[in-house]
Amino acid sequence: MIELKNVCKTFKVAKRNAGFGEAVKSLFCRDYTYVQALNDVSFTVNDGEMVGYIGPNGAGKSSTVKIMSGILTPDSGECIINGRTPWKDRVDHVRDIGVVFGQRSQLWWDVPVIDSFELIRDIYKVSREDYKKSLSSLTELLNLSEILKTPARQLSLGQRMRCEIAASLLHNPKILFLDEPTIGLDASSKIAVREFIKSINKQNKTTVILTTHDMQDIEALTDRILLIGKGRILLDGTLAELKKRHSAFKTITVDYTGEKLPACENYKVTKDGDGRGEIIIDTRVITASQAISFISDHVEIKDISVTGETIDETVVSLYKEFAI
Amino acid sequence: MRKYISFFRIRFIAGLQYRAAAWAGIATQFAWGGMNILMFRAFYEEGSNAFPMPFDSLSTYIWLQQAFLALFMAWFFDTEIFDSIVSGNIAYELCRPINIYNMWFTKNTAVRLSKAVLRCLPILIFAAVLPSPYGMSLPHSIGAFLLFLLSMILGFLVIVAFSMLVHATAFFTISPKGIRVLATSVIEFFSGGLIPIPFFPDWIQPVIYALPFASMQNTPFLIYTGYLSGIEALKSIGLQILWLLVLWCVGKLIFRYALKRVVVQGG
Repeated sequence: MIELKNVCKTFKVAKRNAGFGEAVKSLFCRDYTYVQALNDVSFTVNDGEMVGYIGPNGAGKSSTVKIMSGILTPDSGECIINGRTPWKDRVDHVRDIGVVFGQRSQLWWDVPVIDSFELIRDIYKVSREDYKKSLSSLTELLNLSEILKTPARQLSLGQRMRCEIAASLLHNPKILFLDEPTIGLDASSKIAVREFIKSINKQNKTTVILTTHDMQDIEALTDRILLIGKGRILLDGTLAELKKRHSAFKTITVDYTGEKLPACENYKVTKDGDGRGEIIIDTRVITASQAISFISDHVEIKDISVTGETIDETVVSLYKEFAI
Repeated sequence: MRKYISFFRIRFIAGLQYRAAAWAGIATQFAWGGMNILMFRAFYEEGSNAFPMPFDSLSTYIWLQQAFLALFMAWFFDTEIFDSIVSGNIAYELCRPINIYNMWFTKNTAVRLSKAVLRCLPILIFAAVLPSPYGMSLPHSIGAFLLFLLSMILGFLVIVAFSMLVHATAFFTISPKGIRVLATSVIEFFSGGLIPIPFFPDWIQPVIYALPFASMQNTPFLIYTGYLSGIEALKSIGLQILWLLVLWCVGKLIFRYALKRVVVQGG
């Protein structure tokens, strides 16, 4: 169980204007600005839950993950994870968690991956048997058998990320923090990583908190979403709720023979000409099938497609709504 | 403890990979040791009475220094440690149930030892077969040799403990380069890396002996050559233990303070 209550964190940032004069001035007298990275953040995550933590760059996602993994001490507020405060009982706390920072590496650069794993085994004092078990299941699920003996420096990004994730799970943590785990991966590696995260959440009941910019990750993985912007939690709800709220509008693209798309008060024609047009409908006013049958009464339809608002667009409109 | 041993092993094995670097190092150290000895010979020919130790002891000192250069080198700081602080990769290390100071201490000893293991034997063998007084002579006595071994270990730990303090400065500055350069020259000069401490003017010697730098390579090498013996040797070893404790405690305190206010940089 993860519980955050009124967590605040401020960073001090040295600032100066461009130019030589300003640089000299800042030698003697520095201007600091205070950036509020987290402002009264509270949420609760239950055991076995999978939560997507989203927000634009600089919203405070990574800071939250760092606080939850005991690396960063907040200015005020409470954070209790499995009965412990991470930054106070760092060593005991980190035994129970696994962390993947997508932009950093935990594998030792110049030794084979398996050596790094062995070392992690010793660091976490995992017994031989448990280690064997988790290693073989991880090897199978993440398809590692061929790359375990390769030094980390010779792995491709996708291979390395799979090893990073495996490395964070060798000690069978109860909670897994994933900070942008699919960053920079190609489509098939992304899918492999997602499948894997899903299966460990199901099988081992591992609590997963995932920060990402890749909305497909969220769509594929999580039910619950936390939206953070400018250090505040703006929204805490399910993906379905979020979509319902924001994706009432659908776009219909039509290829047709005929003069022109018919006008109608229930929808809006946004583009038309040369036998191809685009219509935006509000599904609360008119359903897609009603609109299509109305169009086909007037022109002969050759091809038609209906697209809802993508989750990316939903998120952008959310950002707009909260002005972040 | 087991995790530190295992960490030591992985760094040690990784260090043994760099064989070409070791050969290059051996070649350099032969050349450097030879040059040093020839230079001192020129001085000694002018009148050996002016010098604090006989020429063959000096040769022994220089060869020991070259053979174990990797253990006591002042300019070696672990760039991985600096990088992990500066780039924020320390985040991963903080996510492990380990003490960062102990882990980095272990790492630094492992890297230095792996370098030394590859280099010391060829140099020692070569120096042993060189004709006297240019070669290395045997230790003064078995007792002296045992004290030398003890003092080597202590001296080694003292320099690692000191270098941890230098590593810790990376927590407080954006770029630790300046302090590295400064620390390198100070250690090199005051630890007897350039010229043995007994060759310094008499009036400054008590000051140098009181500094932690004299407890690094100086003490074991002087014990081996017999310059320090008996009570004097034991006193110096006591001083080494004292400095090791002081540096270790200060390092631990600084790390504890730094990690409390650490800001993991970037992303």
